[in-house]
Amino acid sequence: MNRRQFLQTGGALIVSFSIPARAQKLPGALAHTPQLDSWIRIGADGSITVFTGKAELGQGVKTAILQIASEQLAVDMQAIKLVTADTALTPNEGYTAGSNSMKDSGTAILNAAAQAREILLAEASRRLGAPVTAQNGAAVTADGRRIAYAQLVEGKTLSARAAPESKLITARRVMGKSIPRVDIPAKVTGGVAYVHDLRLPGMVHARVVRPPSPGAQLKSVNTDAVARMAGVQKIVRDGHFLAVVAGREWEAVQALRALRAACTWSEQARLPKEIYATLASLPTQDTVIAGKDAAQLSGRVVQAAYRRPYQLHGAIGPACAVARYDNDGLTIWSHAQGMFPLRGAVSELMGLPAEKVHCIHMEGAGCYGHNGADDVAGDAALIARAMPGKPVRVQWMREDEHAWEPYGPAMLTEARATLDGSGNVSGWQYEVSSNTHSTRPGKAGDLIAGRYVEKPFPPSPPRPLPQPEGGGDRNAIPLYRFPSRVTHRFIPEMPLRVSALRGLGAYMNIFSIESFMDELALAAKADPVEFRLRQLDDPRAKDVIKLVAEKFGWGSYKKQNGNGRGFAFARYKNLAAYCAIAMDVAVERDTGDVRVQRVVAAIDSGEAINPDGIKNQIEGGIIQSISWTTFESAMWNDTRMTSRDWSSYPILRFSHVPESVDVHVIDRPGEHFLGTGEASQGPTAGALANAIAHATGVRIRDLPFNRKRVKEMLAA
Amino acid sequence: MKLDVNGQVHEVEADATTPLLYVLRDDLKLNAAKFGCGLGQCGACVVMVDGEAIYSCITPISVLENRKIKTLEGLGTAGKPGPMQRAFIDAQAAQCGYCIPGMMMRAQALLEKNPGATEADIRGALQPHLCRCGTHSRILHAVARAGELMRGKS
Repeated sequence: MNRRQFLQTGGALIVSFSIPARAQKLPGALAHTPQLDSWIRIGADGSITVFTGKAELGQGVKTAILQIASEQLAVDMQAIKLVTADTALTPNEGYTAGSNSMKDSGTAILNAAAQAREILLAEASRRLGAPVTAQNGAAVTADGRRIAYAQLVEGKTLSARAAPESKLITARRVMGKSIPRVDIPAKVTGGVAYVHDLRLPGMVHARVVRPPSPGAQLKSVNTDAVARMAGVQKIVRDGHFLAVVAGREWEAVQALRALRAACTWSEQARLPKEIYATLASLPTQDTVIAGKDAAQLSGRVVQAAYRRPYQLHGAIGPACAVARYDNDGLTIWSHAQGMFPLRGAVSELMGLPAEKVHCIHMEGAGCYGHNGADDVAGDAALIARAMPGKPVRVQWMREDEHAWEPYGPAMLTEARATLDGSGNVSGWQYEVSSNTHSTRPGKAGDLIAGRYVEKPFPPSPPRPLPQPEGGGDRNAIPLYRFPSRVTHRFIPEMPLRVSALRGLGAYMNIFSIESFMDELALAAKADPVEFRLRQLDDPRAKDVIKLVAEKFGWGSYKKQNGNGRGFAFARYKNLAAYCAIAMDVAVERDTGDVRVQRVVAAIDSGEAINPDGIKNQIEGGIIQSISWTTFESAMWNDTRMTSRDWSSYPILRFSHVPESVDVHVIDRPGEHFLGTGEASQGPTAGALANAIAHATGVRIRDLPFNRKRVKEMLAA
Repeated sequence: MKLDVNGQVHEVEADATTPLLYVLRDDLKLNAAKFGCGLGQCGACVVMVDGEAIYSCITPISVLENRKIKTLEGLGTAGKPGPMQRAFIDAQAAQCGYCIPGMMMRAQALLEKNPGATEADIRGALQPHLCRCGTHSRILHAVARAGELMRGKS
């Protein structure tokens, strides 16, 4: 069903009204999709449907958007149906990424809902000849006469542009409340919650035989024995792309194993021996992103260099997609972050016009950025073409996910600074060297399958992401008052496949800047919190810092043997949520084991639509970052990835979960929504590094702080 | 062969070496147990057999005849959630939620054996389970709360 058909069903009519076009920019994603009927539809049967081009990734965006629509339309949340990213139905909002969903889609729906309500009320007032207010899906006069929204749209076809200004309901019935998430009941009772759970009539199961190493070529494969295995329906080969289809999932897994054993690959040794030396030797494209005219440093210079390894997204559920190919074209159910960009890549891969490819988002396991979700959708598309009419479900195996997802890039940073007589930073120079942080599709060559088919597609050329959001240089410019010169050294050549991992460069840059701030505070003999506060101007930045210091008991902290306190702050992307973190950390000298015991965080996301949702995101970001920072580093040999499961790529387990993680939300009603989902990872890493330094007197600048490294550093 | 799942006996036509996970998901159309690693390293597939938590991704159905299998679907429904499910909803103890059913079944097995499990007991029991969203604090809170609900505290 396409959008027009959808809108035609059930006598649906569309709310719209005309307001003189003004030159003013429309709020949020209305700027790109200005038609009100792209976002909100009211049916003659009374049904209310809200459309967002963003997707639920487990971050709770469905609930927050329903809260906004419910408040501004003055109807119960339960009365609204929400349709998320779907190329046939919803606005094209690109990727669900960058902590932008509330800022873009939330803002659009806030305004679209308010404007739709006002139009309905104006029409009701005209019909009733009296002023009306919106109550529970109807316009009501003071003397109790009412007209339901459904009747107000009857007999009209309305469609118009949004206006720049909206009359927002400012009383709070649902916005600002910690409404329980709408997706959780199904998830905790075995409902259909993920694309992994989709079962279509006649569906078959497929697995892909991924090469043993990147770039390997399939020299030969003897498929005879596998073709005779129980349940095997098809072996699909296109160049170096190889897959097997079976009636039952376990049959597909067994056939995959047999098919792997029947392959001969030609592998080239090409993975770097020492990644940091390799990265430092590659050509760079340098851009000074701040302080072009800053003076050279003079006087005593403090300097430090920091390093981050490749790290995995590491979804708990390997990537999965379902595809069906028939005369009408191709339909894909996918948990990728961008249905429209996926459609572009798949239509190129398949040689189909975009209108013949329909991509529908369904949830997957948490992705934390660009993982294998797009790739598996490409896999499913190719296999489905060989099985016309049959829905094909493809799920990656654990080793596929670990070895083939695009990693968070390894990075190098260098910081130099001087202090003035009063112990403030008088000069600051900073360089960050990094690959791109996005190789997302767009193009067929951005999908793994596209590189291995008989006529392969070239990958999109690597590109730096522009400031102010930035990629490798995200959060590379300190928010502090001092003059700083910041250089982004973009490395086009990628030794390993990389892409967006939650926070992009912000994780490494905030880790580096906030570590270095503590190193400078130490040199200035200043308290780390006071050192930050006295060099910040932004009052909202100061507010989160002061709140954390107070709630943590920073001033009254009693240092015990083996323990230390650490602090860090950042405003994500320098334009989204403000986040400060303090933690108490124990370091076991004999083993190098690092345990975060207590964490206090404060977050200012502007107007908080769902405070508990914000807390959940920040708590999760903190614990995930403790895992990255303490445990995680991808491993390989000269040819192959050797991080292929959870034993060769260990992550945090319950033994290393802090005793408490307290998140304090500063709500600012009426302020813009500020992206939150990626706000806490960088500050967590900085606070953890600073706490280890406080606990042990040793500064560690190489991630991760695993037992081996910590033990070696303490022994040195 | 016959499998007793959530108190109902099912005649299953699958090879005896098939891991339980695939029978639960593909034959019985039960969604809760998830494929995570196929190696017994992450816990996403955990269900209960005769009261013990087991990895359904590596347990062949050949060893499960005449044994009582319980999955998350056996603890209640969205409309009528059991104490464990109630506690996870109350604590909003999920983000993506993919790892959660396995955690809940491990916790259920723990609390059925040891209704007074302490936080240290709960952490120890959940050590084999991975969560990538970082929902751990809420999971610990939810399991402790489930223990209270199961002991009759409101």
